[in-house]
Amino acid sequence: MKHLLSIDDLARDDLVELLDLAEQFDTVQQRQVRKVPALRGRTVVLAFFEDSTRTRTSFDLAARRLSADVVNFAAGSSSLKKGESLRDTIETITAMGVDGIVVRHGSSGAPHQISRWTDASVVNAGDGWHQHPTQALLDSFTLRRRLGDLEGRRIVLCGDILHSRVARSDIAAFTTLGAHVTVCAPATMLPPTIGRWPVTVERSLDRALDGADAAYFLRIQLERQGGNLVPSLREYRTVYGLTVERAARLGDGAVIMHPGPMNRGVEIDPEVADDPRSAVIDQVANGVAVRMAVLFRTLGPGRFDGADPDATAGEVAADTGSGHRADHTTSPDSTLEELPT
Amino acid sequence: MTDLVLKGGRIIDQDGERSGDVAITGGVITEVGPDLAGDRVLDCTGCVIVPGFVDLHVHLRQPGNEAAETIESGSRSAALGGFTAVVAMPNTDPCTDSASVVNDVLAWGVDALCEIKPSAAITIGREGHELSPMAELVGLGVRMFTDDGTGVQDDGVMRRALEYAGGLETGDGVPLVLSQHCEVTALSQGGVMHEGEWSDRLGLGGQPAEAEELMVMRDIALARLTGVRVHFQHLSTAGSVGMVRAAKAAGLPVTAEATPHHFSITDASCAGYDATFKVHPPLRTDADVAAIREGLRDGTIDAIATDHAPHTPDSKELPFDQAPPGMLGLETAMALAMAELDLGFADLLPLLSWQPAAIAGLADRHGLPVAVGNAANLAVVDPNHTWTVSGEAMASRSRNTPFEGRTLTGRVRHTIHDGEAVVVDFEATR
Repeated sequence: MKHLLSIDDLARDDLVELLDLAEQFDTVQQRQVRKVPALRGRTVVLAFFEDSTRTRTSFDLAARRLSADVVNFAAGSSSLKKGESLRDTIETITAMGVDGIVVRHGSSGAPHQISRWTDASVVNAGDGWHQHPTQALLDSFTLRRRLGDLEGRRIVLCGDILHSRVARSDIAAFTTLGAHVTVCAPATMLPPTIGRWPVTVERSLDRALDGADAAYFLRIQLERQGGNLVPSLREYRTVYGLTVERAARLGDGAVIMHPGPMNRGVEIDPEVADDPRSAVIDQVANGVAVRMAVLFRTLGPGRFDGADPDATAGEVAADTGSGHRADHTTSPDSTLEELPT
Repeated sequence: MTDLVLKGGRIIDQDGERSGDVAITGGVITEVGPDLAGDRVLDCTGCVIVPGFVDLHVHLRQPGNEAAETIESGSRSAALGGFTAVVAMPNTDPCTDSASVVNDVLAWGVDALCEIKPSAAITIGREGHELSPMAELVGLGVRMFTDDGTGVQDDGVMRRALEYAGGLETGDGVPLVLSQHCEVTALSQGGVMHEGEWSDRLGLGGQPAEAEELMVMRDIALARLTGVRVHFQHLSTAGSVGMVRAAKAAGLPVTAEATPHHFSITDASCAGYDATFKVHPPLRTDADVAAIREGLRDGTIDAIATDHAPHTPDSKELPFDQAPPGMLGLETAMALAMAELDLGFADLLPLLSWQPAAIAGLADRHGLPVAVGNAANLAVVDPNHTWTVSGEAMASRSRNTPFEGRTLTGRVRHTIHDGEAVVVDFEATR
């Protein structure tokens, strides 16, 4: 896998393999030395044309835990303001010698365009309304941990589907993994051709939640209020919010999710956000392991002919210092040896 | 003494098909017949000699964006496509809404490789509020007014514009035409492609077909109300074609054009987020493409117009939603019409030549039969010449063709503008 641009590019086997790989990397996170040498010598640029502290931090940690060199590049999404085309920007970055570019951009499709203009691997960290594939992977990972296999599970997705890259990615990932997705949203926030998507549209959130295995609430973009998408946030909460009363319709084993940051009291009541069924914190935690898996798959030894992961591992193990030699045999090297190459 | 002879070709025009050489002197056809001789002879063996093409809709970017195109480079592109006259759109910078800009465009056009007919804005700055000085501009030769790029949004302003323009004396008996880019911006706002399955999947804002159709519907109503001619630019939806067909059947004074891209490719082309495929109105669905083709076949649509819209490579390398809309069209129009429309070559000629010439007010010198006494504005087409589209190889200063790499059959071999051979053997002579 050279790039990760869209969940649509992944078959079920690819998804499962990435999630399994993330499980392995998650064990690294539990250790005293949370680092493996897998991407030693590789340079990853985090090119965030749109600000996102949590996604950038998550990718940053993931890359560092794989021993990659990480460079942050921040710029506005508007190329016009800068007077430089997206291509010029990318060619400038690439000229400095990078192996991977993690792209967040306010414009749908920017990572696709970038992948045509660089030899580096491109990982989509969220583009416009289009895709946020690592979010879908961490959501699938979190659900799989709570529910087991997603085959036949019923997942409710509620909120602004039309303008949501999370929704587009999650729907693709969940349905590919065999789950049944029900969407519930004001019709102004549904794509006009939703009828041709592999989902069920349900007008009543109450009905949608009955018997659901998981309920996923999307963030309402408060700045979209000018668009007359809903009469008021109060009405939105009443009809489409996960209120305390509504959360009671979900079973004990159900999972409540949100991509963050939450508008408490709008799409989700404050008490519900902290409910034991809420997986919101797990989602964030799992993001690092999933992104390690993605970076490893796109940039790691699995991609580079002739690379010898064990040799690299040896060098890094030495670098970690004598203080950590005690668990040396169980951590970086052995973990790496287990990794598919 | 004869300046130029077109030798060995077949002639096709509104009078039918025949063989014959064409002699040209002083910019006028002086003889048509067998075995003519002259100072200079252009071989036309295996080719057809036809009235030159007229494009109702080109963006030449001068003044304002000469990095993308100039009147000279655009006219060279036009000549290579067989066009002997083009109507320049007024969305220049400054806007073509005053005598001074119209005079500039006319002056720059004097040495062009085809006739440059300026159109002017309906409203000052194309902002949709105050009427431009139409009478003054008519005096300079403007016959088409348009706010192309946006439609006139306000119903009242459009009504007044039609009434005022319809009442002006032009002096040459050629009536004015108001040419509309139909798009209700309240519905299209934020849309960068056709609203449908592809925009939903790609996460790009969509423009519904209805954004165009509502304005077509309104302007048909205003043509009925005022009795003044409305020309519909670049129809892109099946609904628009249907309404124009019905309006014509009702005897209303409307005409319409369609672009090669709207009868050739669909919104699926946007799947890779290549901004070369971004255009307004946007590429639509297969059903719309089929309706445009049918409209061209049955006479609902009067003209093939390119909406030639050059943009520099760097501006098309912006993110899809930020890149400017528009694509090149002049050098590929005829060959695409030959490839995509289920029409014989002779049936393409009214759409490319004399019908647009009449709409533009150019019928006294363009799109005339290949006959003695007529202005020598001619194209010589090799219908069997096979070539591959390359933006790089085009005469346009820009490269934004959506047909890059496509192999087409049929190409303009020679173009004669006012008696001058501006294209000879597929190449511009200057």
